[in-house]
Amino acid sequence: MTVGKDVSALFPDVVNCMQTDNLELKKLVYLYLMNYAKSQPDMAIMAVNTFVKDCEDPNPLIRALAVRTMGCIRVDKITEYLCEPLRKCLKDEDPYVRKTAAVCVAKLHDINAQLVEDQGFLDTLKDLISDSNPMVVANAVAALSEIAESHPSSNLLDLNPQSINKLLTALNECTEWGQIFILDCLANYTPKDDREAQSICERVTPRLSHANSAVVLSAVKVLMKFMEMLSKDLDYYGTLLKKLAPPLVTLLSAEPELQYVALRNINLIVQKRPEILKHEMKVFFVKYNDPIYVKLEKLDIMIRLASQANIAQVLAELKEYATEVDVDFVRKAVRAIGRCAIKVEQSAERCVSTLLDLIQTKVNYVVQEAIVVIKDIFRKYPNKYESVIATLCENLDSLDEPEARAAMIWIVGEYAERIDNADELLESFLEGFHDESTQVQLQLLTAIVKLFLKKPTETQELVQQVLSLATQDSDNPDLRDRGYIYWRLLSTDPVAAKEVVLAEKPLISEETDLIEPTLLDELICYIGTLASVYHKPPSAFVEGGRGVVHKSLPPRTASSESTESPETAPAGAPSGEQPDVIPTQGDLLGDLLNLDLGPPVSGPPLATTSVQMGAVDLLGGGLDSLIGGPNFVAPPAAAVPANLGASMGSGLSDLFDLTSGVGTLSGSYVVPKAVWLPAMKAKGLEISGTFTRQVGSISMDLQLTNKALQVMTDFAIQFNRNSFGLAPAAPLQVHAPLSPNQTVEISLPLNTVGSVMKMEPLNNLQVAVKNNIDVFYFSTLYPLHILFVEDGKMDRQMFLATWKDIPNENEAQFQIRDCPLNAEAVSSRLQGSNIFTVAKRNVEAQDMLYQSLKLTNGIWVLAELRIQPGNPSFTVRLPAPALPALGCLLPCAGQPLLPSLLPRAGVSLMGALAQLGWGPSEPDVNEHQNSEPSFQLSPIRLPR
Amino acid sequence: VDAFRVNVIHARQQVRSPVTNIARTSFFHVKRSNIWLAAVTKQNVNAAMVFEFLYKMCDVMTAYFGKISEENIKNNFVLIYELLDEILDFGYPQNSETGALKTFITQQGIKSQHQTKEEQSQITSQVTGQIGWRREGIKYRRNELFLDVLESVNLLMSPQGQVLSAHVSGRVVMKSYLSGMPECKFGMNDKIVIEKQGKGTADETGKRSGKQSIAIDDCTFHQCVRLSKFDSERSISFIPPDGEFELMRYRTTKDIILPFRVIPLVREVGRTKLEVKVVIKSNFKPSLLAQKIEVRIPTPLNTSGVQVICMKGKAKYKASENAIVWKIKRMAGMKESQISAEIELLPTNDKKKWARPPISMNFEVPFAPSGLKVRYLKVFEPKLNYSDHDVIKWVRYIGRSGIYETRC
Repeated sequence: MTVGKDVSALFPDVVNCMQTDNLELKKLVYLYLMNYAKSQPDMAIMAVNTFVKDCEDPNPLIRALAVRTMGCIRVDKITEYLCEPLRKCLKDEDPYVRKTAAVCVAKLHDINAQLVEDQGFLDTLKDLISDSNPMVVANAVAALSEIAESHPSSNLLDLNPQSINKLLTALNECTEWGQIFILDCLANYTPKDDREAQSICERVTPRLSHANSAVVLSAVKVLMKFMEMLSKDLDYYGTLLKKLAPPLVTLLSAEPELQYVALRNINLIVQKRPEILKHEMKVFFVKYNDPIYVKLEKLDIMIRLASQANIAQVLAELKEYATEVDVDFVRKAVRAIGRCAIKVEQSAERCVSTLLDLIQTKVNYVVQEAIVVIKDIFRKYPNKYESVIATLCENLDSLDEPEARAAMIWIVGEYAERIDNADELLESFLEGFHDESTQVQLQLLTAIVKLFLKKPTETQELVQQVLSLATQDSDNPDLRDRGYIYWRLLSTDPVAAKEVVLAEKPLISEETDLIEPTLLDELICYIGTLASVYHKPPSAFVEGGRGVVHKSLPPRTASSESTESPETAPAGAPSGEQPDVIPTQGDLLGDLLNLDLGPPVSGPPLATTSVQMGAVDLLGGGLDSLIGGPNFVAPPAAAVPANLGASMGSGLSDLFDLTSGVGTLSGSYVVPKAVWLPAMKAKGLEISGTFTRQVGSISMDLQLTNKALQVMTDFAIQFNRNSFGLAPAAPLQVHAPLSPNQTVEISLPLNTVGSVMKMEPLNNLQVAVKNNIDVFYFSTLYPLHILFVEDGKMDRQMFLATWKDIPNENEAQFQIRDCPLNAEAVSSRLQGSNIFTVAKRNVEAQDMLYQSLKLTNGIWVLAELRIQPGNPSFTVRLPAPALPALGCLLPCAGQPLLPSLLPRAGVSLMGALAQLGWGPSEPDVNEHQNSEPSFQLSPIRLPR
Repeated sequence: VDAFRVNVIHARQQVRSPVTNIARTSFFHVKRSNIWLAAVTKQNVNAAMVFEFLYKMCDVMTAYFGKISEENIKNNFVLIYELLDEILDFGYPQNSETGALKTFITQQGIKSQHQTKEEQSQITSQVTGQIGWRREGIKYRRNELFLDVLESVNLLMSPQGQVLSAHVSGRVVMKSYLSGMPECKFGMNDKIVIEKQGKGTADETGKRSGKQSIAIDDCTFHQCVRLSKFDSERSISFIPPDGEFELMRYRTTKDIILPFRVIPLVREVGRTKLEVKVVIKSNFKPSLLAQKIEVRIPTPLNTSGVQVICMKGKAKYKASENAIVWKIKRMAGMKESQISAEIELLPTNDKKKWARPPISMNFEVPFAPSGLKVRYLKVFEPKLNYSDHDVIKWVRYIGRSGIYETRC
């Protein structure tokens, strides 16, 4: 069997041997069963009896063995018989049997999850967490974690401080492996506050000096995660940082494979918290006989740790490495020198001279790599190191890789005016134009156009040649498009072309190939695991839905209970500006026309603004501006409220629009959807939406668009406390995962039973939306009219009485201009929005409409609408009986609540008064603000 | 498995990573001479744990049947299966302490009928219990223990004699032959401990001992050591397993005594000749003797002949290793020795420069280069009646070279 021969034919004979007393023979029989039970399920049943009997054997070793083996037999029929013995063994007096049984539950769950749940094994397993034997605890934790991972939704491992305490106690006593299980499990726990996090950290830190590196890494994971919750100015935070460094360094003296795992993790940690290892540069120096994978990783970390203080050392090392044998390693070392130059400005000069030294060695790949990085240095420090161009040009012939050639061409094009024979150089490249790779072709095209713009007289011929080559003889759409753009640019307006092509380029920034912060945060939660080795989230390499539970760092606990405004940086994201990311060098140079300029347009008026803008971007030096784009462009935060305002304005005209007929509105007026959360602010998730009220229920209509490259799942929504207690009545239901570029429309029912807090402005609503990537915050203004209830029609008598009772000061007046509606149309329109006309009269050729409405919190608002036929202006008088009550309902000491409600109620009352209402009636409102105290004092009974 | 064989083992180029992902399945591998130990998973598992386990597996196998070789593995198939069954359950490592395993997995097979019930439950409680590494009822007529402080000095020096990086990684290996369940306490000249004590007693002692104390950057302990106690009091207390085990590992970087200095001088004389002169200086007390000194001077690939003259020891050019190996049996402290060699090269048209690998060195010295000293090791056995004085203790210091390289 062990040599790969099929011996399943002997099954019955082997099963007969099962009832032996010889433990070793028994083990072998069991081993045989595990292998062949699947191929002979019927025969395997024969063995069940012995299993059950063995589970009651006086020898605990045999009991455990039987349970262990049964769990490994993946035959459905057998699993049924397994349940009884398993239940017994879970409560066995012997810990050895118990710990085996705990793992067996996980095995069984893997075969038949439903069965495990039905039999109540999960609860028994949970009880085992408080077992007296540490090993049993560890195995129970391991089993539960495994089960929980395949059931992301279930809260199997809902740890509470008590169970955490038990785990921490067991941690000190169990085997190294058990410690790993427990630590991994702890890492999934989110402590309630920083104090709890600190106390857990304190108890985990001793693990850092364990001999088993897996224990150390798991402990580091727990600490890294919980550190997130500790405030930075705490003394403890500092000591923790200090304690983390030595164990990480020690990991590097382990065997090479473990070193590799450790280095990949250190790479993550350095990105997250560079301060931990900033003084430990020396340990990452490469040793001569390190395996290549360790060398490359060390180099990577060295670059990340390079700073002004240690740059001299690093450079000396890197230079040393550049003379090594392994081609990949040497290339990376050369590239690293370039990165140092870009990262540490003071060292740039030394880096350049080092690179020049390397070029002098004439080793082919070193030279090529050096040229590629020098190009980047030029981009970072333009017009500083041109003196080296001559040296570079000497090596022109030896370049055979496209990347290096393209880099060289870029340099020649960029500094064409200082290179006397630039045209000759480029012409020499042009000879084999069709044999070059696209990257080189694109670069050559750009370079020649640059050259032409700088020295138009001599190079006319050259430019025509290259343009025709690019546009007529090439199959590559990118190349052709770029050719056309240049051609038209040049033929239409050479001055503009000059501005565009030779525009100032943004400097490239220093940080290179960083991992995206959200991914980094997720990976930090996976320290020690495969995900951290691959630097990919688990979903990228794990089959199916298993184990794709997204983890995130716990948010730093806010010091005060202040509302989370969208401005506060989301948890875990580095504050301040994110360094923008330079993509791999391969992409740097070219692909200008990967911008969506669409298919080639065949008219001359192509040099319009849009193209120019594109072109500026394009010629700005390639991809970095593209990549940089999203970061540089400030998210149009200000545009959001403006949008809302605009839509309100248009809503008003909508409402009073004559042409759209009278009384056709069935529901209330709906504001068009506005973008609430732009994709740039929310890692690719764009949310737009509006509020509607239909037949007595309020809902929030959302449109979610995934503009990221990643599938989004696990959506949830939450509202902050607000003035009217708006809250989601049902969870946000996005059924299928949202794949990139997909849009989904959801209507989220709302109710008004949430907790109440006065907001400024009154109808402000702060919303948090969560998905698998992060939590995002935005705030929006909801139109008040969604809060107008259906039974808002007041009795005429009562209306009169209430009206009289309202003191004059409580009145607000607005003018609405340009509303060519008659009284009837207005009335029916308003009724659609639950604003009811109680009475109507005609005074002095003016139509007076008296109206009432009721808010969801039982507050009445009355209004008088004066309509002058022929004069398209309306005057609205808003006596506010309810206002004092509102003031009581929403007690906010000293806050000028009422005046803010008043105009806003007016706004909503008319659909949206917004821009029209604000302007002319502002003095009115101000006046009322002054008189505010008076109506807070006057108690008025509300008609209910 | 086949995919792994094709993609990793038979891959032509060098191994680029010990973890490979083929078709969403991850393969971890560790190589021991010509045996590949591989672990396979489809999940996001704890990678560090997998490697640690593979190493432990190696240790266990060596403990059971000696060297891991093809033949040994073939001969012990059954045993390996049995071991795996015990140390791994559903992918979760269980117990990998050889001592404990040997109590119930024996190569002869357990005669289960002869065992009493007590014995059985003893085994299981020991396997799962808190002190899984020691069984009850061990008795020795002579209570002895041996402590070996083994240090390896790692050095990377620039051609100009500048120390680029140097650190000592040390191990304290203990061999214990003690009866019962002894509680041990180990003390060394750790700076932090001594400073703490110095504060408690007179200042003078603090100063005096402060000179000899060393700063340990980091240390890790065998699982028998109570880590929480170390963290709070920095005292190392433990109940040792029976026999040999590694009590602790530590690492220091400060104030290392470098036992040897290597001063290389390489001169290229024309295109076909290379002159190498290497001086080594021993840098420790003259009364001590270093042993097994070996200096390895790499030579270019196109070396055709070498003439060596050395003052001491023997030197030979080994063409297969592309190096001159210079061996000295013994060397006292504060001495100096020199070797000079003329290397003749074949003219080549290879443009690639010789990479100049560093000169490496091996040696053994009878002291701890880090300066670590064992101050005490106390043994307490509450139940059996023997005291700390009855235990015979031996301490030995060995400093070895780790990666001791000088660039040239």
